[in-house]
Amino acid sequence: MGARVLIPTGALGMGFDDAALARALAMAPDIIAVDGGSTDSGPAYLGTGRSKYSRAATKAEWRRLMKARAEAGVPLVVGTAGTCGTDATVDWMAEITAELAAELGQKLTVARLYSDQPAERVATAMAEGRIRPLDPAPEVAEGDFARMTNIVALAGAEQIAAALATGADIVIAGRTTDTATIAALPLTRGVHPGGAWHGAKIGECGSLCTSHATSGVIVIDFDETGFTVEPGLEAARCTPRSVAAHMLYENADPFVLHEPGGHLDVRGAEYAQLDARRVRVTGSEWLPGDYTVKLEGARLVGYQSTILVTLREPRYVENAEAWVERLGGFLRREIERGMGLAEGDYALDFRLIGKSATLGALETSRVVPAEVGVLCIVTAESQERAGEIAKLANPWLLHFPLTDEEPQATFAFPFSPADWARGPLYEFTLNHVMRLDDPMAAFRLEVATVG
Amino acid sequence: MARLGEVADRLRAKNAGPFWLTIDIFCPDAAAYERVARGLSTAEVARLYGQPTQVLKRFDIPALNVVKISMPRPTVQGSREDRDMHASQWAWLLADLEIG
Repeated sequence: MGARVLIPTGALGMGFDDAALARALAMAPDIIAVDGGSTDSGPAYLGTGRSKYSRAATKAEWRRLMKARAEAGVPLVVGTAGTCGTDATVDWMAEITAELAAELGQKLTVARLYSDQPAERVATAMAEGRIRPLDPAPEVAEGDFARMTNIVALAGAEQIAAALATGADIVIAGRTTDTATIAALPLTRGVHPGGAWHGAKIGECGSLCTSHATSGVIVIDFDETGFTVEPGLEAARCTPRSVAAHMLYENADPFVLHEPGGHLDVRGAEYAQLDARRVRVTGSEWLPGDYTVKLEGARLVGYQSTILVTLREPRYVENAEAWVERLGGFLRREIERGMGLAEGDYALDFRLIGKSATLGALETSRVVPAEVGVLCIVTAESQERAGEIAKLANPWLLHFPLTDEEPQATFAFPFSPADWARGPLYEFTLNHVMRLDDPMAAFRLEVATVG
Repeated sequence: MARLGEVADRLRAKNAGPFWLTIDIFCPDAAAYERVARGLSTAEVARLYGQPTQVLKRFDIPALNVVKISMPRPTVQGSREDRDMHASQWAWLLADLEIG
């Protein structure tokens, strides 16, 4: 038995075309699956356990999908709920779902799949030799896990299948692989495993694999030999090129995809144009292996304050690199004299916007622009200390001369006060996998009725 | 001699997770692809990104007229030193490379 999966958008919060969704619903899908996050927006979301998108925007889009689910009478699954897929964002999404169920008059069974990893569990796994670093991985010791603010494991198809097996109308999953929510139902129905994972990878960004990248909706039919992908939007088309090219996206290796329990190899895949809009894919291979789940972690590094000053005087624009070099040395001495802080107690960074802010030392262009923005970034152990350092730097960012022998210069501050508190800085701490004897050993499933 | 940015019709860089950067060089046709695949030196790319050549993964994909190069991110995503959260602008360093 095959399975028809409707993917409404690449990520909940990115929107989709209503006509495309209506057309896809009319095709009688077996499940609606959507991704709710990724690491792509950086470590702050995992660090804090918060969503990137506003609650109001998330609720508005989820309302449309809950109505679509009711119309189709099939399960609706969101993976990596609330950008980072922590227990806190699963609960946030469950709360939104309960509110909407009441507002829409829907009585629903909701399964929550939790992916948070207690520090002790991961430390024990490390002691037992069940943690393996990927390349490149940050150094990590058993004692470091307790200092991470959140650790999650990426669930695969097995955990999503377990959530679906509860008979839930809606599954709200914590961190999952991008593909798991799409592959889970087809795999439980015994479709071609290579086709299931390959189709899930092609579908994980919704309509990005079609001619109309922003329309959102696609429908994938999984069967015993492969899969067929079709855009939701009437005007959109899939071509062998648009489909195959999606394997390149956000993937270091375009032919191999690692998942819990094995890996996908698409080197033998064949892409065929079925008609004007649909592409059929066969020949992808699933190779079973150890059951490992990827881990993600984040920790608080410090707090930041910033000041932006712009230089328009041509001599300063041309010599901006020398200016910040001289200014940095001066400020470090002043910070030591005024606050008693050594260089290792804080960090002072400058980014030259217009010259090298994006690429830093790798920049090869030597074009001299009309103006340069100097973004001064202070990182310290507390927000108060970062703010104190920024305030100490403030008058010098405004007036510091290029040489000792010149009249006082003054530069452009866009704001008053010039410094602003950017808040905490988090960093990713793990690029590791954890071996499990039982796929559910690191995940927790809760079922409730709402509405 | 031509610059890569003139021969390719699209350069795309992106995170492949927080620790990897992947760059896709899309060519308009087979001739342009051949020129890029033959003219682009992996060692030269490694040098531009400050990486040892052996850590680069290169995929020449004639079926798509794409050359893809992946490498560990020069800075880990979101770290204090990182300047490009989505690694999206790093491809442009390649645009000025002479590819013959």
